[in-house]
Amino acid sequence: MSDEVVLKISHLSKYFGNIKAIENINLEIFKGEIVAFVGDNGAGKSTLMKILSGEYRPSSGEIEIFGEKVVKFNPKSLIKKGITTVYQNLALVDNLDIVSNIFLGYEKRKFMFFLQHREMKMTAEKLLKNLNINIPSLESEVGELSGGQRQGVAIARAIHQGGRILILDEPTAAMGIKESREVYKLIKSLSKEEITVLIVSHNIQQVFDVADKVYIMKRGNIVNQFKTHDTNYNEIADIILGEYAAC
Amino acid sequence: MKCDLQIKAVNNHFKKKYLPQIILFVLLIISLVVISFTSPYFLKWYNIKNILDQSAINILLGVSMTLVICSGGLDLSVGSIAALSSVVMALAIHSGFSLEISIFICILVGTICGLINGYIISCININPFIVTISTLWIYRALTLVLTNSSPIYGFPNEFSVIGSGSFMGLPISFIITLGVVIFGTVLFHKTKYGKYMIAFGCAEASLKRVGVSVNLYKISVYVFSGILAAVTGIILTSKLNCADPLAGYMLEMEVISIVILGGTSIKGGRASIVGTLIAGLLMGMLRNGLIMNGIASYYQQLLVGLILIFAVILSERDKLCKGS
Repeated sequence: MSDEVVLKISHLSKYFGNIKAIENINLEIFKGEIVAFVGDNGAGKSTLMKILSGEYRPSSGEIEIFGEKVVKFNPKSLIKKGITTVYQNLALVDNLDIVSNIFLGYEKRKFMFFLQHREMKMTAEKLLKNLNINIPSLESEVGELSGGQRQGVAIARAIHQGGRILILDEPTAAMGIKESREVYKLIKSLSKEEITVLIVSHNIQQVFDVADKVYIMKRGNIVNQFKTHDTNYNEIADIILGEYAAC
Repeated sequence: MKCDLQIKAVNNHFKKKYLPQIILFVLLIISLVVISFTSPYFLKWYNIKNILDQSAINILLGVSMTLVICSGGLDLSVGSIAALSSVVMALAIHSGFSLEISIFICILVGTICGLINGYIISCININPFIVTISTLWIYRALTLVLTNSSPIYGFPNEFSVIGSGSFMGLPISFIITLGVVIFGTVLFHKTKYGKYMIAFGCAEASLKRVGVSVNLYKISVYVFSGILAAVTGIILTSKLNCADPLAGYMLEMEVISIVILGGTSIKGGRASIVGTLIAGLLMGMLRNGLIMNGIASYYQQLLVGLILIFAVILSERDKLCKGS
């Protein structure tokens, strides 16, 4: 992890009509950091991530990525700036093979139209090898892979798109213990490559295994932040469940 | 161990991708052998030419229908577009336009009809079945209005070459179809267009999230369908030497049948243009064989229905096995 700020959010708010989704969010995230956003349903985690991935335009506030202010809010321009998102459903195409999924929307072509199958396959092979993702055959359709392998392909695609800041939305949802461990191992290895990772998760215990810092969100605000080695599971759970516990 | 997994994955891939076409091809050969025993005229070159000529239109439209169905859509209006565009072409010829300009106008009409279908389906987000069943009626009604429900006769002599001529022994209509099949296969397998059609069929949201202009691609597939319907209209008019306002009636049903038989999933996301070609030839051959053996036409319809049901059961076998 370095001292370089890769993502700076200042006074960010989003309203849907009169309803406040997030309000006055301020934070700075550093290169190679693994940051988790936790909170109950309706805390504003998903809204914040959707703004960062270009699905929503903020009502007010500013976002700077690698020192550049974001003006256009759509998936393509945010990807160009270096933020890529791995959605909870992974947004993979089950009937396409692994190479086609990794290159979806960013295909290598010759003579304008024709796909460069061999080059794409070689790049995909190299990428998966670097990320230590084991897949028996690149010819396999993504629908035939295990949950962990699918997550690996989705992360490989995000990195191939040029992602230096990766948003992972519930990366281990509906996964077994073994597969979740594989995915967290992969996330840790991304940090070594100086890729910044933002994780949105409900699973506080699993977040502890991987994140450097945890932001706790509640009713559209960041109510607390901790370095994971300065806190514990119970403290965070108490903050999230605080008012329920008081009842 | 890793090697075993690799072999298993490649086998699975091969089975999923090519097995339906191999089965269909074997069926085609078996049918060819059986029918040739029952009729001595079946394997005569003029009869084979006749089968190719009769199958050409279904296969031609099958190429675009394969892409439409693969993308999760449906185009029921192709028969009506064929009739409308051919009638407009006939009116243009009769108004004194040259043959080339009239053919261009015909293709333009097909393009506009496809554009209307594609725009309503993708930009207004209406179900393709509803849209194309509506335009099926609208385009057919326009055809009847324009012609006062009477066929238009009288075309230049050179026009009949398209529907009735031959080149190197092959019917020109079939040569056009083969050209379209090759174009469609290259488009589907060698360009990103084919990948996007598969993605539309099973995960449209994924394309949006990587920034692909979803509407543009969706409209283009209906435009392609409209253009091929117009080409069909040209071939039909040339063959009959008449622009019939009822031409192409129920054509869409036959085309959809061969597309499904060819291994394209009606739910979208999986398709084979080569499968459509083989299925079109098989259907054409079976029809011809039944006629050769003096079997009544309603039995032909029965056979088509039975083959279709068999094909769908075969394509869904994996799911049925998993379910049990």
